[in-house]
Amino acid sequence: MFYRENGQFKTSYQADQQIFPIVQDRWFVLLLVLLAFVGVPMMATDYMFSAILIPFVIMAMAALGVNILVGYCGQISLGSGAFMAVGAYGAYNFFARVPDLPLIPALILGGLCATVFGVLFGLPSLRVRGLYLAVATLAAQFFADWMFLRIKWFTLDTPSGSVSVSNLQVFGLPIESDVSKYLFCLTLLCVVALLAKNLVRGAIGREWMAIRDMDVAAAVIGIRPMYAKLSAFAVSSFIIGMAGALWAFIYMGSWEPSAFSVNESFRLLFMVIIGGMGSIMGGFLGAAFIVVLPIFLNQFLPFVASLLGVALSTTVVSHAELMIFGALIVWFLIVEPHGLARLWAIGKQKMRVWPFPY
Amino acid sequence: MGFFLETLLNGLMAGMLYSLVALGFVLIFKASGVFNFAQGAMVLFAALAMARFSEWLSAAGVGNPWLVNVIAFAMAAVVMFAVAWLIERLVLRQLVNQEGTTLLMATLGITYFLEGLGQSIFGSDIYKIDIGMPKEPVMAFESVFEGGILINQEDLIAALIAAVLVAALSLFFQKTSTGRALRAVADDHQAAQSIGIPLNRIWVIVWCVAGVVALVAGMIWGSKLGVQFSLATVALRALPVVILGGLTSVPGAIIGGLIIGVGEKLSEVYLGPYVGGGIEIWFAYVLALLFLLVRPQGLFGEKIIDRV
Repeated sequence: MFYRENGQFKTSYQADQQIFPIVQDRWFVLLLVLLAFVGVPMMATDYMFSAILIPFVIMAMAALGVNILVGYCGQISLGSGAFMAVGAYGAYNFFARVPDLPLIPALILGGLCATVFGVLFGLPSLRVRGLYLAVATLAAQFFADWMFLRIKWFTLDTPSGSVSVSNLQVFGLPIESDVSKYLFCLTLLCVVALLAKNLVRGAIGREWMAIRDMDVAAAVIGIRPMYAKLSAFAVSSFIIGMAGALWAFIYMGSWEPSAFSVNESFRLLFMVIIGGMGSIMGGFLGAAFIVVLPIFLNQFLPFVASLLGVALSTTVVSHAELMIFGALIVWFLIVEPHGLARLWAIGKQKMRVWPFPY
Repeated sequence: MGFFLETLLNGLMAGMLYSLVALGFVLIFKASGVFNFAQGAMVLFAALAMARFSEWLSAAGVGNPWLVNVIAFAMAAVVMFAVAWLIERLVLRQLVNQEGTTLLMATLGITYFLEGLGQSIFGSDIYKIDIGMPKEPVMAFESVFEGGILINQEDLIAALIAAVLVAALSLFFQKTSTGRALRAVADDHQAAQSIGIPLNRIWVIVWCVAGVVALVAGMIWGSKLGVQFSLATVALRALPVVILGGLTSVPGAIIGGLIIGVGEKLSEVYLGPYVGGGIEIWFAYVLALLFLLVRPQGLFGEKIIDRV
């Protein structure tokens, strides 16, 4: 009733194949983008920018990358943190070593470094799959951890391995205030999301999905597994690498190798699973969930405790956070294994048929 | 030569310890097809439980250290059984028939939960487990080589305990009717169920066994390194072992552990100085990775057959 596509007739293939074929969807997304670009900067406080919005935007981009590999191509990866690290340090090296290199080319070059790294560590996927591959990609993680800690060349020979960037600007505009950081990341996110969406609905995306659904059958109908798998690794690690560079440059400013530990990989995988595998929307929802949940728990638990009249120490809170986080993930997997994106789809379907049950 | 053998022996013994953790992975994967990432958290949880129980028992006035350790071990084992039962009841039973990735994620959730729970109940400081292992190293083969070989007694005992555990487990799997049921479930869930093997009970049992293995591993690792949060990361060190040995093979876990242990130590000693040291952690993974390129199912894993 609220949401119906009756009467929307398409008269050309082009109209039929646009990203949002339904008028309501188009308007909704347009409004959402407008809200994100105009409404949010007017309303949000500094704290919201630095604690929620900027991490969410960057993590959504990384989750998008992971989703291409895990959700669309079906190759489980636990090395996403490493791809982020390679992107961040690659971009940093180009940024620091090449004089007068603008920020955006540095980010793209960082992404390309991650691509090379990703394809290299994607090679085992040609031989192994499933859980074996998941563990194999951990090799990338530990190798990157070690590489940026021990090989001093990557960190410009700083003793602690901690590096920092300053004076970031794009087309002459400084990126210093929270609003400008947010808008910059958001713009990149929109570009990347559009790119990813168009990739996954094109020929190459279909190849990835065929490989995901059954690789032997895909090979039989003429899809080259090597090309499809490695291209998924390349595209995914490029996006993750860009997100890593953004995370380091924009969000942290100064960072050390431990910022991209194996926990980051797990978090990214959680985002994809909770958001919904094989859906661009899912990446956004999952990132929002994982970014907001710890902050929410951090605020909410002491509040509940104060209602009950007990004071909680910070260690108790942090342990309780771990427990609730873990329990929520398990609960989520039990209740909705297909993730938030599926809930979204169910909601849309309900709106479409309302007031009838089906 | 003496130095090389010493490194080799140390590697073998470290490998035995990895095998202990890897064993937990293999047991659960075989019986329920779950890749149990929570094994590391279980090791931490068990070690914390045992350390604190023995501390409380000593405080309660139980004098004999052997008695304290035995009672604490038993109590910790009971706690692990409870954890196993709860995991089966609350998590696995709800997730029957889901994909491998979903189950993997669920065990990651369990990992977080157990880490939080263990530290809330038992505290998050560094604790000691003292099972009376001799700390001082001994010299061996002094007549054979000049200078002999320095052997860490603690490692030697740990390796012995691991060997005994493995022997006991293989007896349990081969000779008892429960063991036979476990093997049947591992072979084929549906076939096992159709001849009347209760799947749920088997899963509880296998998680209990994995809990005990985690307890033994936690005890040994804990007495070596102290019981602290970093114990949970032992699982990450043991993963390449499982991959190398094959996810479904108990002997694979042992031999994989030995290979990884030796490889790590030798690479650290002979290769480490050239590349800046600290390569232990990724070398194991790269070793396992190279191995996978040749044999995708690991050393002793079941052959992967592609069917369309």
